[in-house]
Amino acid sequence: MRDNLGAGRDDFYSALMQAHEGLSEAQSHQLNVRLVLLMANEIGDLKRLRAVIELAGRCER
Amino acid sequence: MPAYQYEPFAYIRPPELDGGRSQAPIAIVGAGPVGLTLAIDLALRGIKCVVLDDNNVVSVGSRAICWAKRTLEIFDRLGVGERMLDAGVTWTVGRLFHGAEEVYSFDLLPEHGHKYPAFINLQQYLVEQYLVERCHDFPDLIDLRFLNKVVGHAETSTGVAVDVETPDGPYRLQAVYLVACDGANSPTRRRMGLDFVGQSFEEQFLIADIEMTQSPFGNSGVAERWFWFDPPFHAGKSALLHQQPNGIYRIDLQLSGNVDARLEATPEQVLPRIRAIVGDKPFRLDWVSVYRFRCAKLDRFVHGRVIFCGDSAHVVSPFGARGGNGGVQDADNLGWKLAALIQGIAGPGLLESYNAERGHGSAENILNSARATNFMTPKSPIEALFRSETLRLAHSQPFAQKLINSGRLSLPCSLEGHSLQTPGEAPLRPGSVVLDLPLADGSWLVEHVQGDFVLVGFGDIALPEVADLRRLGIDQAGPYPGFASTGDYAATRYGTGLAYLFRPDGHVAAVFAQPSADQVSAAMQRALGAVDCAVAA
Repeated sequence: MRDNLGAGRDDFYSALMQAHEGLSEAQSHQLNVRLVLLMANEIGDLKRLRAVIELAGRCER
Repeated sequence: MPAYQYEPFAYIRPPELDGGRSQAPIAIVGAGPVGLTLAIDLALRGIKCVVLDDNNVVSVGSRAICWAKRTLEIFDRLGVGERMLDAGVTWTVGRLFHGAEEVYSFDLLPEHGHKYPAFINLQQYLVEQYLVERCHDFPDLIDLRFLNKVVGHAETSTGVAVDVETPDGPYRLQAVYLVACDGANSPTRRRMGLDFVGQSFEEQFLIADIEMTQSPFGNSGVAERWFWFDPPFHAGKSALLHQQPNGIYRIDLQLSGNVDARLEATPEQVLPRIRAIVGDKPFRLDWVSVYRFRCAKLDRFVHGRVIFCGDSAHVVSPFGARGGNGGVQDADNLGWKLAALIQGIAGPGLLESYNAERGHGSAENILNSARATNFMTPKSPIEALFRSETLRLAHSQPFAQKLINSGRLSLPCSLEGHSLQTPGEAPLRPGSVVLDLPLADGSWLVEHVQGDFVLVGFGDIALPEVADLRRLGIDQAGPYPGFASTGDYAATRYGTGLAYLFRPDGHVAAVFAQPSADQVSAAMQRALGAVDCAVAA
């Protein structure tokens, strides 16, 4: 997969961590699920979504 | 006292018991919506059939209630569509609740220019009654035999021998084809030992039909469909409320998998749950059933001269109304093919195309209803988490509203890529089902294109003359019947300057920009099974 984050990478990562600050673990899981759904809608294209689902699953094993 | 008065159908002593013999080439097992649809379809083609049913009343309990637009268009062709529409409840507004709060509401069919709405609600017993009454219009073609229980069958060199038991004793019926429309527990399928494989669901559901004079939807008088995830009156589960004709309302409650079904169906258990939904408005319990379901289908729907149609061939979960509707579409697909076989005009691939096309249609129905069921019954904490966050986002995000799956609208499948269709490009692609249009004389396109093969020209195009093929012009003048369309429906749905060849079941077989008689004739032969299924697709 191509690197798309570019110069904003560190800003993105810290924004993501900040979003989780002060949340319980259960609230963090809920936030992550909402993020997955919202990001999926931003990507939109089923082919690309399948590709990232497959890639994420492959790292798990 | 149930809301519906069950009038037993007359048992008539079959002629076989006195040395007579049926001349009907088709024997249909089961006088439910599917078997009766097929019987009327065959009768309209002049083909005789015998319908054998072990019972003598219509469906006990309302069971299937949602009849989709495509089913109503098929019923229209059979001469009962308008009666169903007039009797049914047309609902267009669906409301979805999460807990006590409304998440969103939707308009089911915002598109105009169709004779029939997306859905009507009509009790299965009324649908069956109207179909039986329509069968009575064909006394010489449809032989309805109630209290005739099929107990055995065997293929012979010329057809099928069917063993039947009656109150007056047993007899053997001869037919060319046996069509099993004998339901989800099909005795025919069991007798043949055929595998019926699929996915079972743990959860049980309680169905209750209640009769009440005040509407639980409030005073607007508009029929709606309400669906709850995790309602305050039924924590952690789902619930559904639907309106049927004659002041009957359907309540569907998800139960846990491990509860005692018989206990749950007792008034002591059911009445408090219903009161929690309808409040203190008075009601009467009309029918209760607790059920568990599965999605399953036969590997093949055609086994020699025995053909499976409806629930005997495939069962789905009820979410999305694909059981009864899918079965009626099976019959719609099969009727003209059986008639062509009996008339000797069918090609070698025609019956096999029923197997391929409806196998595809039922797989699509199973996929859709299994997905709805999976959404409604999360299997793990993570599935439950995804669902609850989807519902949370749905309050503000349209994309999340559309992810919520409480049953997808039952739509007819496309048969594109199957052997009867000639591949092509068009606004309405080959394999698609007819899209309705309003015509200037007040009639509708679906009233003119179903029943037989018809070549329909839209706009500036000349239709060639082909033997045994009806022609119809829309917005054009030709030496054949024609209609003007209204609005821009014809142009947007069909384009202009194109000729569509429709099969007798209303599916597009081929589309032509410059049709020659030879091309059209070849496409029609192909649609009659000239090409073997195994070779095409």
